[in-house]
Amino acid sequence: MSSHTYDYLDGNAAAGELSKIFAQDLTTAEGQCAHCGARKRFAEAHVYMQSPGVVARCAVCQNVLLRVVSVRQRVFLDLRGMTYLNLDTAHVQPSVFAQPDS
Amino acid sequence: MWRVGTVVALHDETATARTTTLEVPDWPDHVAGQHVDLRLTATDGYSAVRSYSIASAPNPQRRIELTIERLPNGEVSPYLTQELAVGDRLELRGPIGGWFVWRTQQTEPIQLIAGGSGIVPLMAMIRSRASAGSIAPFRLLYSLREPAAIFYRDELQALSDHDHSVGVSYAYTRTAPKDWPRPPGRIDAALIANATWPSKLVPTCYVCGPTSFVEGATDLLMASGNGRDRIRTERFGPTGDRK
Repeated sequence: MSSHTYDYLDGNAAAGELSKIFAQDLTTAEGQCAHCGARKRFAEAHVYMQSPGVVARCAVCQNVLLRVVSVRQRVFLDLRGMTYLNLDTAHVQPSVFAQPDS
Repeated sequence: MWRVGTVVALHDETATARTTTLEVPDWPDHVAGQHVDLRLTATDGYSAVRSYSIASAPNPQRRIELTIERLPNGEVSPYLTQELAVGDRLELRGPIGGWFVWRTQQTEPIQLIAGGSGIVPLMAMIRSRASAGSIAPFRLLYSLREPAAIFYRDELQALSDHDHSVGVSYAYTRTAPKDWPRPPGRIDAALIANATWPSKLVPTCYVCGPTSFVEGATDLLMASGNGRDRIRTERFGPTGDRK
């Protein structure tokens, strides 16, 4: 077995930082890697937090999926590495005026 | 969105880990497995953010417990585990994360695997199961350096003595108690075979610990027939004072 440097975390670890940008939880969102086509939950991405920002890489091919860099009062977001993000709205609070499904 | 919590209790779990109970007036209920980000700001404006798993089950008192391990060269954990006092206020963001969670509606067998302080979010699941009256079958495999490093020792003991649907197994990596059947060592295929649900029961597995531990445990679970889609992981590493 080759030796690894385990310097990454899960998508979970970036969820707080990403909550500055996204109104919904990203960890349950399914994203497709623009490089290898793998479809995985964002929670399963490998996240690197040591850099000046946050870098998320595909757990399958290591392609960069997402980069977020905060500089003073601005946030730069790069999502080129994902073909799409499919967000789960099941746990978003419904309107108090919504009719329950019959 | 940052909220403010007030420290209402402190409790030492081990010589290096302390549980801090925060009361957060506008806390929305969390789900077991979620974490919070704590933000500490110095008088010169410098601030540091760290993620910590919630150890407690949701409760009507709007209290959350965080068990934090002190890292010798940590920037934040020495303050949180030694300086912080009852009555102090902390900024926090959360609850965060909807993937590494156990919901009380889940009825399938649950396999929890903790490496060291990776026990924290898994303890929230065990406590949430108890407070919700769930009868989902739970097993916990808890790997740690030595007996003195156990978090929640008495509570886990009571669980394994009185409630046989939560099975607790310990594995020691450096020092085991006298007469312990297994010599100290990292978890291996034999331990997975003996101390976890057979994969034919299709358990949902939650693995939390340092990144290398999580990689190893996940590989062992898959080698014993568990599908990758049944294994959820939460890694923490040297990048922050995590947990």
